[in-house]
Amino acid sequence: MTLLVNGQRHTVDVEPTTPLLYVLRNDLDLSGPRFGCGLGQCGACTVIIRGEAVRSCVRPVSQSQNVEITTLEGLATNGQLHAVQQAWIDEQVPACGFCQNGQMLTAKVLLDKNPNPTDAQIREGMKGTLCRCFSYYRINAAVKRAAQRRA
Amino acid sequence: MSAPSRRAFLKTSGLMVASVAAVSVTGVEAFLQRGATPAAGPYPDVDHLQLDSWIVIRPDNTATFFVGKTDLGQGTGTAFRQIMADELDIAFDKTTCVMGSTDVTVDQGGSGGSDALQTDGYPMRRVAAEARRVLLDMAAAQFGVPVTALTVSDGIVTTSDGARRVTYGELIGGKKFNVTLTGRNIDSTTGRAPLKSVQAMKNVGKSPQRDDIPAKVNGTQRWAVDMKVPGMLHARNVRPPLVGATLKSIDDTSVKDVPGLVKIVSRGNYVAVVCEREEQAIRAARQLRCEWTPPASRPFPASDDLFTYMRSTSPSSVGEPVVEGDVSAALAGAATVLEARYDVPFQGHTSFGPAHALADPSNGQLTIYSNDMKSYGMRTGVAQFLGIPKEKVRVVWMQGPQAYGRTAAEDAGFEAAFLAHELGRPVRMQWTRQEESGWDTKGPAYAVTMRGALDGRGQVIALDFDARAADFNHVGYNEADTVLIAQLMGQRKAQPARGRASYPSDKYGIPNRRMAGSVVPMPLAWETPVRMGNLRDPDGPQATFASESFIDELAVAAKADPVAFRLALIERSTADDSGFKRARSIACLKAAAEKFGWDPRPAPKARGTGEIAVGRGVAYAFRSQTVAAEIVEVEVNRRTGRIWVKRIVCAHDCGLVINPEALTRTLEGGLLHSVSRALYEEARFDGTKMLSVDWVSSPTLTHADVPERIDIIQVNGDPNPARPDLPHYGAGETVCKPMLAAVANAVFDATGVRMRRLPLTTTRVLESLRA
Ligand code: FES
Ligand code: FES
Repeated sequence: MTLLVNGQRHTVDVEPTTPLLYVLRNDLDLSGPRFGCGLGQCGACTVIIRGEAVRSCVRPVSQSQNVEITTLEGLATNGQLHAVQQAWIDEQVPACGFCQNGQMLTAKVLLDKNPNPTDAQIREGMKGTLCRCFSYYRINAAVKRAAQRRA
Repeated sequence: MSAPSRRAFLKTSGLMVASVAAVSVTGVEAFLQRGATPAAGPYPDVDHLQLDSWIVIRPDNTATFFVGKTDLGQGTGTAFRQIMADELDIAFDKTTCVMGSTDVTVDQGGSGGSDALQTDGYPMRRVAAEARRVLLDMAAAQFGVPVTALTVSDGIVTTSDGARRVTYGELIGGKKFNVTLTGRNIDSTTGRAPLKSVQAMKNVGKSPQRDDIPAKVNGTQRWAVDMKVPGMLHARNVRPPLVGATLKSIDDTSVKDVPGLVKIVSRGNYVAVVCEREEQAIRAARQLRCEWTPPASRPFPASDDLFTYMRSTSPSSVGEPVVEGDVSAALAGAATVLEARYDVPFQGHTSFGPAHALADPSNGQLTIYSNDMKSYGMRTGVAQFLGIPKEKVRVVWMQGPQAYGRTAAEDAGFEAAFLAHELGRPVRMQWTRQEESGWDTKGPAYAVTMRGALDGRGQVIALDFDARAADFNHVGYNEADTVLIAQLMGQRKAQPARGRASYPSDKYGIPNRRMAGSVVPMPLAWETPVRMGNLRDPDGPQATFASESFIDELAVAAKADPVAFRLALIERSTADDSGFKRARSIACLKAAAEKFGWDPRPAPKARGTGEIAVGRGVAYAFRSQTVAAEIVEVEVNRRTGRIWVKRIVCAHDCGLVINPEALTRTLEGGLLHSVSRALYEEARFDGTKMLSVDWVSSPTLTHADVPERIDIIQVNGDPNPARPDLPHYGAGETVCKPMLAAVANAVFDATGVRMRRLPLTTTRVLESLRA
C-alpha cells in the first residue's frame, strides 16, 4: 500500500483494514497524530486530507491511498512554523500538550475555510476536539491570533 | 531510542574519573538527547549528597540541572531553571533541566501535592547556591584574591577592578565538583551557601516561555507513547465484562487466525494479549473469547442509588472530628437553623491519553518508559511486584497526557513490566479509551450533611459539616499490592487502606463548629473500577462544594451579600496563622470582588422572565498555604437547562510567583477542569459494570463552553513587613476547590433554585427548575 504523507511517498505492508493512525505512528514513526480514543470522539489522531480535519483512528489505511496526508510534522513550510503553530507558542497554549495536535490541525482547517472566525464560530468549529488540561481559553485566543497573523 | 544511565553518561563523558578529566561534549549531548547507547545497568540510587548529582557545568558555560520532579504541563521544569539559574548566577537561556528519570536524577518523589516549588524548590535553590559558592572559591584561588573581591553575572566571574575574568565553564566545565552536601533527607539537602534574597533573583517573577512547548507544537516531541525499541511487542488487556467476575476459561482457538499473536497471558483474573503489531493486539483483545463467572453479589449499587446507599451504609471508619465550642447547644437555641445535603459523585481522571507504558527487559535489567508523575515510586513498586532488586529497575520519565494524581499510568506501567518480564521481550502496553474512562482511579464520592444556625441578628453561631466519603480501600501510589494487575491477580493487602473524609478549609470565625467525617465501603473492595485514588487536590472540591454552597445558603437566610457575609465571617476571628492565611483570605476575596465589579446585594437576583437567567456566585478556600477566591457569572437557559459559565474571576495567592504567565495558564486549566466537574463529570455504573466508558457516555467540558473571559489576579500579598522574602508556596490544586460551589451559587443567584447534587446536567437543571 502506498501513502503520500507530508509530501513523501511511503510503501507499507499492512492489513488494509488497519486504521491509518497506527500506520502513521508505528510504520512511519510519526508522533504528531496520537491515540486518544480510537472512536472518532476526541481529535487526538487528527490529520488533514483534502483540506478536511480527518480522524485517522477510524479511517482504514486502504482508504487513505493516493491522497495527500498532512500531519503536524508537515504543517511547517521550509522550516517556517505555520501561523497556527506560531500563535500556539506565542499564547503558550499547551499544558501537557497531548491534545494539541488535534487542536492545531483542526484550527488550521477552520481558518482555511473561515479566515476571520468569531468567538462563536471558533467554539462551534473546535468543539469536537477535546482537551483534558482545559486549555480551551488559550486555544480560543490563539486561533484569533493566528487569524490576525494570516490577515 | 533508549536512554543511557547517568553512570554511563558520566563514564563516557569522563566525569567518573576523579577531578580533572575533560568532559566529552558529545557525551553530554548524547545524554541530554537520550542518545543511542543503552545503559547496561544496574541502576543504583543517585546520591543526593553529591553536588554532581544535581548540576553539571559544561566547558561552554552552559549548565544542566538534574531534578527529581516531573512536569505535567504546568511549566515546573522552566520554573526550576529560573530559580536554579538565579542561585547559580548563570544566564537562564544557558541552562537545561533533566527531570524524573530514576537513574540520573535524585529521588525527589516525582510530582504530587502541588509541592514542586513549595517543598522541592528549596533544595534545588540550595544546591545551586552551593555550586556558586564553590565556583567563586575556585575563582578566588585562581586569581589569588578574596571572594569578596569578585563579582559574578551570567556565569562569568570578574575581579572587582574588572581586570580579570573567568567563566564557570573554564573553572569547572567537564570536571566534577566533588562536593559533599548535608541533609537528613533529600528535602533538606544543603551546602554551606546561603540562599539569595528574593530581591536579588533576576529570573524570578519573569515569564520566560516554557521550554517544553516548541517541541509539542512543531511535532518533534517524543512522548512516552512514542518510545520504540527493537523487538518491541504490543499488548492489550482483556478486562472482565462484569465487575467482580472470575475467569473460568480462555478459548485460545478464538484468536488462532490473528496474525502476529505472540502470547495470551493470564494470571488469576488478569488477561492480556501480546502481538507483534498494535492492530493485531487490538484485534486479538476484541476477538479473544473468555468465559467469566459472574460474581455472587453485586459489586456496587447503581450510581443513581449511590447517595442513598452511602447515607444508609455503616461506616468502615470514622475520622477524628475537629470541634470548637458546642454545636448541638448552639443549634438548639438558635433563631434560624438550616440543614442541607450535598452529593458529589465519583469522578475520574479520565486522561485524554489512555494509560500506556513501555517496558524493556534487555540486558537482564528492566527499563520502563512512562509518563507517571511518580517515576521513583514506580521503580520501587515494580521491583517489589516482580521480586527483583530495585537496582535492576529504572523508570525513564517522559512527557505524557494530563495526570493530576494517582492515575492509571501506574497500572499500565506495572502491566508492561510484568509482561516484559514474562516474555523476556520489550512490551508496550496501551489501554483503550474504555479502560481509561472505566477503570482509572476515581476521586471518591461524597455525601455531606451541613447544619448551621443564625442568631436573631443574622450572625452565624454554629456550623456543622458531616461528610461520608466512599473512600474505603483508597489506592496509594505505585503500590505493588494495590495496582490493578495485582488486584486482578488476586493479591490482597492485609489491611485495606481506610481512606478518609476531607474537611473544608477556610478562615471563618464561627464560635461553635464541628467538622466530622466517616468513610463508607462499596460492596466490592478489590478488582473494581471504582477504585479511589488521589485526583487533583484530592477531595477538596467535594468538601468545599458542600461547605461553600452552605455558607451561601446561610447568607441567603441572613439576607446578606455573599461576599460581605464571607468577609465578615473571616474578620470575626482575629487569630491568624504563621502564613497569614486569614489576612490573605480577606485580600483574595476583596481582589476578586473588585475585579468582577461586584455590587453588594443578597442572592437571588430579582427573577427575570426571559429564557436566559444570569447570576453570579462566589466561593473561596485554601490549600496548604495557598488561597483562592473565585467568582463566576453564569447564564442558565431555562428552556434547555444548559449552564454556561460566561465569566470567571480568580484571585490567587501562592506567595512568591516564579513564572506568572505559566502560573496563569495552570490556573485557567484548573478552573475549567473544575467547571467540567461541576457541569458534566460523573462516573456512572449500573449494578454490574461501568457505564461511563468513552467521551459520549462520559462527557467533559468542550470548546463550546469556553468562557467569554477569565481574569486571574495574582494577589501574593504578604502582610508581614518583617518578611521581605515571601516564600514560594504550591499552586495548581487550590483553584480546583471553590469552583464547584461558585457555579452552584451562581445558578441559585440566577434562578433561585439551589442545586446540591453534582454534576449540574441539563436534565437536573430542568428538573430543579420545574420542582
Ligand atoms: S483517537 Fe481518533 S478521535 Fe480520538
Ligand atoms: S493540553 Fe493536555 S490534553 Fe490538552
